[in-house]
Amino acid sequence: MLTKRIIPCLDVTLDREGGCVVKGVEFVDLREAGDPVSLAKRYNEQGADELVFLDITASHERRRTMIDVIERTADEVFIPLTVGGGISSTEAIKKILRAGADKVSVNTAAINNPGFVKEAADMFGSQCIVTAIDCRRNKNIKGNEDKTIIELEDGTPAWYEVVIYGGRKPMGIDTVRWAQKVESLGSGEILLTSMDRDGTKDGFDLPITRTLSELLDIPIIASGGAGNIGHMYDAFTKGKADAALAASIFHFGEYTVGDAKEYLREKGVPVRVQGF
Amino acid sequence: MKIVIIDYGLGNLRSIEKAIEYIGASAIISKEIPVIDSADALVLPGVGAFRDAMMHFETLERVVKDAVSDGKPLLGICLGMQMLASESEEGGLHGGLDLVPGRVVRFPQSELKVPHMGWNSLVIKKDIPLLKGIKDGSFVYFVHSYHVSTEKKYRAAVCDYGVEFSAVITNKAGNVTGTQFHPEKSGEIGLRMLRNFVGMCD
Repeated sequence: MLTKRIIPCLDVTLDREGGCVVKGVEFVDLREAGDPVSLAKRYNEQGADELVFLDITASHERRRTMIDVIERTADEVFIPLTVGGGISSTEAIKKILRAGADKVSVNTAAINNPGFVKEAADMFGSQCIVTAIDCRRNKNIKGNEDKTIIELEDGTPAWYEVVIYGGRKPMGIDTVRWAQKVESLGSGEILLTSMDRDGTKDGFDLPITRTLSELLDIPIIASGGAGNIGHMYDAFTKGKADAALAASIFHFGEYTVGDAKEYLREKGVPVRVQGF
Repeated sequence: MKIVIIDYGLGNLRSIEKAIEYIGASAIISKEIPVIDSADALVLPGVGAFRDAMMHFETLERVVKDAVSDGKPLLGICLGMQMLASESEEGGLHGGLDLVPGRVVRFPQSELKVPHMGWNSLVIKKDIPLLKGIKDGSFVYFVHSYHVSTEKKYRAAVCDYGVEFSAVITNKAGNVTGTQFHPEKSGEIGLRMLRNFVGMCD
């Protein structure tokens, strides 16, 4: 049986020699969490199904290369690796894939130019192209009747607005429609981050995760808000996600990936366990 | 011992090269006929579309087939495994290398998502060198929309995704093996298989 994936995310900033991993609370107040390559190895040993590296210096500071970090990781860690952050050209994608990454995630560049998703998918294959969508709940329904209205946990309606620059810039775009569009353009997966939840540890944003999982044919990776392993269970069951991404709960040693998998397995969620 | 990873202009070859290095062997990436001809063992990787791959491969077909008839081990990975089959339905009907009789077909329409992407478990059907020490139920990493439909005798391991499909195939002589999954992305299990492959080259 195809298993649900647990994906530790390493937010990497390259302000320091060799790069260091950090995890932001809503991408702003950054806390340092260690060397990316050694963290990647540790997660691999714990049974992570994939790894995501996000270059968080890339969008709003000078572009620097992640190539060295990718190469050093891919030389020692033999599970799928996705790299994202500020990627806006097929030339950049080629370099990242050549360094040993298996997939790239695109975000702002796709919003600015949706044709980029298609160009990249045609050139490298859909399986390589993950579209990262950052979104935020918008309870302003009036004047937004054309948006996909979703019922929240408390029964109130909202639509989910696509945001960029770590949530600082709302784009007026409906998340559901945008997700359908990138699927039609050839994106192979969606990495969905709820900015209402990111860094809060309150749990994943289940209403939007479930809506996209049910509507789309490509896998949905739930991201933002994992505070404990019960939240991951909810993402897979109530949210119907194909994969769950988390950063700080793993970085700071609150849980290992193995703990999360053991919990999920006991609760009947299909996961890949170590030793097989 | 000389392992050559065949470079026919598509795909990420670095991962398989590094995985082979990691287990203490070494590999050369090459598209040169004399280099391929002098190899002790060949790896045929592959990402992308069948027809494109076969087109790029055209000039190398002879030297690879000669190596196989000489009994040298050949490992096809993902699309590289599909290329071992007789033909493929991807993008119209196209001929393959025909080293393992079979046809590449798409997963049927169902509620399951295609491509089949992620970790799935193997059901081992045959005791072959590549699978030495690999437990039944081992998880490996797949990314594919097509699979090789072939006779039971060529299927060394299968996997369930709505249908039971070929996860590992082998030829009659046993020197040609194909994995639909990526051993170079399948953690310890995949590395163990690559060690087994290197062992086949001795």
